[in-house]
Amino acid sequence: MSRIQIPKIPWQEITPEEVFLNRRKFMKGAGLALGTAALAACSMPEVEEVASGGETESAESEAAPAELAATDELGDPLNTFEQITNYNNYYEFSTDKQAVARLAEGYPTSPWTVEIGGLVNNPGTYDVDDLKQMFDIEERVYRLRCVEAWSMVIPWMGFQLSDLLKVIEPTSEANYVRMETILDMEGMPGQRNSSWYQWPYVEGLRIDEAMNPLAILATGLYGKDLLPQNGAPIRLVVPWKYGFKSVKSIVKLDLVAEQPTSLWMAAAGHEYGFYANVNPEVNHPRWSQATERRIGERGRRPTLMFNGYEEQVAYLYEGMDLVANY
Amino acid sequence: MNLDKLLTKGQILWLTHIGALIPLAWLLYQDYTSGLSVNPIQDWTLRTGKPALVLLVLSLACTPLNIILGWRNIIPARKWLGLYAFSYAAVHFYIFIGEDYGFQWIYIWQDVGTKLYIIVGFSALLILLPLALTSSKGWMRRLGKWWKKLHQWVYLAGVLAVFHYVWVVKADYREPAAWGVLLGIFLLVRIPVVRKRIARWRSRLRGPAAPRARRSPA
Repeated sequence: MSRIQIPKIPWQEITPEEVFLNRRKFMKGAGLALGTAALAACSMPEVEEVASGGETESAESEAAPAELAATDELGDPLNTFEQITNYNNYYEFSTDKQAVARLAEGYPTSPWTVEIGGLVNNPGTYDVDDLKQMFDIEERVYRLRCVEAWSMVIPWMGFQLSDLLKVIEPTSEANYVRMETILDMEGMPGQRNSSWYQWPYVEGLRIDEAMNPLAILATGLYGKDLLPQNGAPIRLVVPWKYGFKSVKSIVKLDLVAEQPTSLWMAAAGHEYGFYANVNPEVNHPRWSQATERRIGERGRRPTLMFNGYEEQVAYLYEGMDLVANY
Repeated sequence: MNLDKLLTKGQILWLTHIGALIPLAWLLYQDYTSGLSVNPIQDWTLRTGKPALVLLVLSLACTPLNIILGWRNIIPARKWLGLYAFSYAAVHFYIFIGEDYGFQWIYIWQDVGTKLYIIVGFSALLILLPLALTSSKGWMRRLGKWWKKLHQWVYLAGVLAVFHYVWVVKADYREPAAWGVLLGIFLLVRIPVVRKRIARWRSRLRGPAAPRARRSPA
C-alpha cells in the first residue's frame, strides 16, 4: 500500500534545542492526545476532563530508549527553534516570512492585557501574567499546517482555551468565540503599509471547537516565552486548522452569538472559510492541500485529515458538508 | 532628448546581461551563505518566477519603447531579455518538479489536475521553449516570414505568465495586476492603428521639418 517514501533528514544533527525537550514532557503531550482520542468517541461534555487524565500515561515513557529524538506523537521530529522563530506569516509586520522576525524584534509585549467580554458572566481585563498563574501551563507538541502547504512541528507552552472559558462562563446565547490581534499602526509596519487588509486581525471558533482540549492559548514555545514574531505574549493554537486560524498577539476575546467574520474571510471569502480545517480532500486553488512540505525536508508528504487530529476533532463536524464549510 | 545618443547598443546589452543575472547571482550568494529562509525551496520558486515574469515584460517593452520614444538601440535587448526570461522560467519549473515535489509524480499530477495556475504557467514555458531555440539569426533566416509569426506567440506567453502570477497571490492582487496593466499597454501599442497614431503624434511633436518622420501611413 505504501506509495512514496519521503527521505528523512537526520534532525538530531541540526536541532539546537535537543537538550531542552526531555521525553517525559513530550509523553505528557502524547498521553493527552491518546486520552483525548479514546474519549472522543464518548459523549462530548466529558472531553474536557480527559486532558488531565492523560498525565498518568507519562510513567510508561521512562521505559523508552533515551536516545530517541524529540518528536510529535506520529514520530516526526520537532522543527528547530531557529526555524520556528524565523519563518513567520505575520502580515501585521510583513508579508515576507523571513523579514517578520527582524521587524518584530523588540516589539513590546509586556505588560499586556486581554479584554474579555461579550456574552459571558465574568467579563474583565486580564493581565497575561495573571492568566499564566491562573492556569496550568503545559507543553503541547503540535503540527502546524499552513494553508500555503508547508508545515512544522512545534513544542508550544500554553493552557487550554476551555479552562479560560470555564472561568469566564459563556452565557447560553454565546455560540462563538471571537478573538482579535492588537491594532497598532505605529508599531506594526505591515498594518501601516497594507490598507488592503481590514485590520485588526480577527478570527473565531465555534464554542464547541474552542472547548476541545486541543485548542490552547499559547504563551511560549521550546520552554521560553513566545517571541513577538510567533504572536507574543498570547496566541491561539488550533492544530487541526490551517495556521491562519491561530490568531496571534490577542488583545480581545469575546463570546458572541453570530459567526464572526475573520480578516481572511473579508479579504478573500471564496478561498478562506470560517472553518479552515486541514483537509486534503478540499482543494484550494493555489496551494496543494493534498500534500505539504515539512520545513527542512525536500519533497512533499501527504497532508493528513484534520492535520492528523481526526480522532480528537472529527466529532465536531459530524454530518457537516466539509466542502461547503471549508 | 535622444536616447540613442545616451547609450550605445553595446552598452544596453551589457546592462541587460548584468541586470538579468543579478537576481540569480544574489539568490546563489544567499543560498551559499545560508541567507535564505528556512524554506529555501519556496525562496527559489518565488525568486526565479518573479525575474522570469519581469524580464518577459521588459522584453515586450522594447518594441513599444521604440515606437513611443524612438529608442532604436533598445531593440537588440529584446532577444536577450526573452532568453533570460525563459532561463529563469526553466529553473523555476525544475525547482517545482524536482525540489518542491522531489519528482513525486503522483503528487504533481494531483496538483496539475486541480490548479489552473500550474497549467497556465507550464503553457507559458512551453511557448517560450521554441522561441528560445529559434532566437538566433540563423533560425531567423531559415524560418523567413514564419519566424515573426512564431515569435508573436510571446504575447500569449506574457499574458499567461501574468495570470499565473495573479493566481498564486494570496489576496493582494495589486502587484500582479500592475504587471498585467503594463503588459496590456505594451501589447496595445503594437496594434497597427495605435502604432500609427503614436507615430503621427510623434512626428507632429517634432515639428514638420523633423528629418526622421519617415514612416509612411500606408
